[in-house]
Amino acid sequence: MTQLPAPITDWFARKGWTVHPHQRAMLEASDAPAALLIAPTGGGKTMAGFLPTLAALHDAPRQGLHTLYVSPLKALAADIKRNLRAPVEEIGLDIRIEDRTGDTTYTQKRRQRADPPHILLTTPESLALLLTYEDAPRIFAGVQRIIVDEIHALAESKRGDQLMLALSRLQALAPDLRRVGLSATVEDPLGIANFLACHPAPTQIIQADPGPDPDISMLETEEAPPWAGGGGKYAIPAVLEQIRAHNTTLIFHNTRAQAEIFFHNLWLANEEHLPIGIHHGALAKEQRLKVEQAMVEGSLQAIVCTGSLDLGIDWGDVDLVIQIGAPKNVKRLVQRIGRANHRYNAPSKALLVPANRFEIVECKAALDAALAHDLDGDPRGPGPRDMLCQHILNCAAAGPFEADALYREVISAGPYARLSRAQFDECLEYCATGGYALRAYDKYQRLVQRDGLWQLRDPRSAAQIRMNLGTIIDTETLKVRLKARRGPGAGGTPLGEIEEGFAATLSQGDTFLIGGQIVKYEGLNEMTVQVTRSPSDKPRIATFMGTKFATSTQLSTRILDMFQQDSWPDLPGHTQAWLQLQRERSKLPEPGRLLIESFPRDGRANTVVYGFAGRNAMQTLGLLLTQRMEQQGLDPLGFVATDYATLIWGLEPLRDPTPLFDMENLRDGLETWLAGNAVMKRTFRNSAIIGALIDRMTRGARKSGRQATFSSDILYDTLRKYDPDHLMLDITREEAMKGLVDFGRVEEMVRRTQGRIDLLELDRVSPLAAPLFLEVGRVPIKGLAEERLLAEEAQRLFDDAALPEKITSPKRWAVPY
Amino acid sequence: MNSYAFSFCGTELLAMGSGALFWPAQELLVVSDLHLGKSERVARRSRQLLPPYETRDTLNRLEDAITATEPATVVCLGDSFDDLDAGAALPEAEVMTLTGLMAGRKWVWIEGNHDPGPLEFGGTHLAELSCGPLTFRHIAEGDTGPEVSGHYHPKTSVSLRGRLVSRPSFLVSTRRLILPAFGTYTGGLRSDDAALTGLLDAQAYAILTGPLPCAVPLPR
Repeated sequence: MTQLPAPITDWFARKGWTVHPHQRAMLEASDAPAALLIAPTGGGKTMAGFLPTLAALHDAPRQGLHTLYVSPLKALAADIKRNLRAPVEEIGLDIRIEDRTGDTTYTQKRRQRADPPHILLTTPESLALLLTYEDAPRIFAGVQRIIVDEIHALAESKRGDQLMLALSRLQALAPDLRRVGLSATVEDPLGIANFLACHPAPTQIIQADPGPDPDISMLETEEAPPWAGGGGKYAIPAVLEQIRAHNTTLIFHNTRAQAEIFFHNLWLANEEHLPIGIHHGALAKEQRLKVEQAMVEGSLQAIVCTGSLDLGIDWGDVDLVIQIGAPKNVKRLVQRIGRANHRYNAPSKALLVPANRFEIVECKAALDAALAHDLDGDPRGPGPRDMLCQHILNCAAAGPFEADALYREVISAGPYARLSRAQFDECLEYCATGGYALRAYDKYQRLVQRDGLWQLRDPRSAAQIRMNLGTIIDTETLKVRLKARRGPGAGGTPLGEIEEGFAATLSQGDTFLIGGQIVKYEGLNEMTVQVTRSPSDKPRIATFMGTKFATSTQLSTRILDMFQQDSWPDLPGHTQAWLQLQRERSKLPEPGRLLIESFPRDGRANTVVYGFAGRNAMQTLGLLLTQRMEQQGLDPLGFVATDYATLIWGLEPLRDPTPLFDMENLRDGLETWLAGNAVMKRTFRNSAIIGALIDRMTRGARKSGRQATFSSDILYDTLRKYDPDHLMLDITREEAMKGLVDFGRVEEMVRRTQGRIDLLELDRVSPLAAPLFLEVGRVPIKGLAEERLLAEEAQRLFDDAALPEKITSPKRWAVPY
Repeated sequence: MNSYAFSFCGTELLAMGSGALFWPAQELLVVSDLHLGKSERVARRSRQLLPPYETRDTLNRLEDAITATEPATVVCLGDSFDDLDAGAALPEAEVMTLTGLMAGRKWVWIEGNHDPGPLEFGGTHLAELSCGPLTFRHIAEGDTGPEVSGHYHPKTSVSLRGRLVSRPSFLVSTRRLILPAFGTYTGGLRSDDAALTGLLDAQAYAILTGPLPCAVPLPR
């Protein structure tokens, strides 16, 4: 189809709009098996996706589901519904548009299954769920198109793998299905195209005009940033000034904790009472909706936020984006900048605020990269197999299937295109029997093969499978509510949630920050943390897991390159002087070499490794090196890692670093270390839930007092001990290596430096190393350390409680056997 | 194996790091809530296929405790089997191990809510056992004499400079001692839960299991 029907062109004309070239190109590509549109925010991307559908339904009106639209956010689906209904009505098309998300009512969902609308707007989870119903073939039989919005964001997580597997199923039910992906600017369009394709059919890529370059700079402040830390507190007066000078400012932070602290400090300094809100994923839905509403109405002048505002909802008249702290990743920076000035062909305005001295260098590197359109990103690895196990069970819930046919479907999905038959069979075997070396479940197999078709042994499993569906694993969080004035009920205003681990460290009277308020911990009532408002000078900051990003490889390389300059006229004077001093006293790190400094301080031997491999890999490196140094008798006591360096302190100085960086040694160390590691246990838990080894723990189940369920750590230890080759352990290893362990970047660092190691023995701390001593997140070397701490703490508690006479031997350790 | 020595109602006892209790004067070893056969019961009832190795692991650890203490009597304090069917379905190898452990010593199965009747394993089956000043039963009762029980799977959390350590633990009150669960697949009930605090007096403290068992007062 290349011609738009007259009513649609008339409507464009009435609006005084012209069809963008990329919108026309999408129309021309409407028969391609898959088409990917890459366009900046505000470029009429969504319309480009829907135009072919509107045209087709105008030319040939029909009943039944025609187009599916999938977005990563429920809110985005609702937003699109509003934005699409208006033109459909104005053009006079008879098209029914509905959304279906976790918020849709039960009655509405049932009606949709019986009588689907023309266009259904949904999320990956809701689509996967629909596909597990026995009537899925009827619902989806005639579907023509599926539009995947914000596909670049989906491709970054397992939700993307989930969606592509669902699409492979959908394609089998609706062979005419054509796929459309809508993406923000990305570094690797081909990667996203492969991800979206129905293999072996290709994806057609359409690049829209990227628009003018953003107006982006570093915020200049009178006060120099501190040597370490991530808060950006020093910049508050300058930020307030910017807020005053603009209509609406978005202030992005890399972590929720930092957003909370910054917001708190901003309020303390906000003497004019400028209307400023806070928005992040751990705040109660009610709180977030209130902020979003105020934003749409234009009654807020600034919002302090995190990634929860990253995606493409139109928040109105944002004219400035401020990024606090180095963006860590150029692509995310560019996408965030795109949030300002939602008008096509108007430059977005953005300011970077380095949180500390080193981040000045990093921000400068990011700024250069953004202007050079040099985006970063790691190539997508193969699709995770825990997700495949879930998909196999989902298919079984819908009805019996043939293994050969399902394998063919699965390898048509981009992420699984290279999955071997043996790998598939292993996952199928796991789904059927648990896949244990000890065959204990012949009687209780989950799937059985009858007449060549795999099916559920017990049809009641279907409900359980649906309940476990999804890839988002909640960390165990507790809701926080203001204590109701009267009665013991849990009925006060909801504020948000905190992690269970953090909640457990609170005792009555402790204060902490949430949603910009300081609250006092009053107690726990039915899995709800009850608090009261309370002023306090030193509130604690709730910790949130997994929100730390590592600086990308590409940014790290740019920083190393920048260090090679003779001088740095673009950097502030204090930073220039700092780098110059490092060059005089020691050396600046170089791209093809590994710089290590060794110096005494506070009676300890310190070693700094400038690996520039990103926070997670530098953390892993710290664990591996200290393990090896322990064996060499150097008595390491602890270490701390940043994106660019690892600082290790111990009793003996390091003299010969070369064997430490031997790849074989590092790999051996990794094997030993991975065994009991907390990162592995967390990864295992996630994979075990996604792969349905254990049931998802619903909030309801936790509340109903099923505390008797044991932790997944016990399962992990048991499997390692008795069935070390089990599929789930293999998956855990694979997931951890690409995630938090990030061993790939340790390997990349070793490859890059090829044994060219410069060990500089200094008599004192070097300028570049000095800020490391102020870093938080120091890791003590484990072992009996925890037992020693525990004994100390126990003694202290007894001293406080003054109870010792009740116990015969509070201090003696009896070791009778 | 390390243990923590303490006095309870005139007896000298050892809380072992594994969660077993040893009474040297009586050569008596007590373990509670073994939940043998749990993964089989879970598969049968909730269709989850957990790693089927916990019975083997529990028995291995019980064997270690027996080797370390060489008791004349072993008391299993109830919920020794996850249910009677799970007990009956125990694999051959595990039955052999268990029979081997029982040989040459007195063995008492106290009745629990999961295993209210006797199984074909020999030993003595009792609702409760009295020994010296102490009574051994599965679930703590109202106002009674000195009592040793299990059932609740208590665990206690201690905050170590921001790091939370949570371990199965013995709870020791003036006239009541509650054992942690010994079984490998057993969760825990926080010792500050009302179900437990109601059973303990103001002097109560916890002994955390682990490589070096240690006592901490219970937060009030």
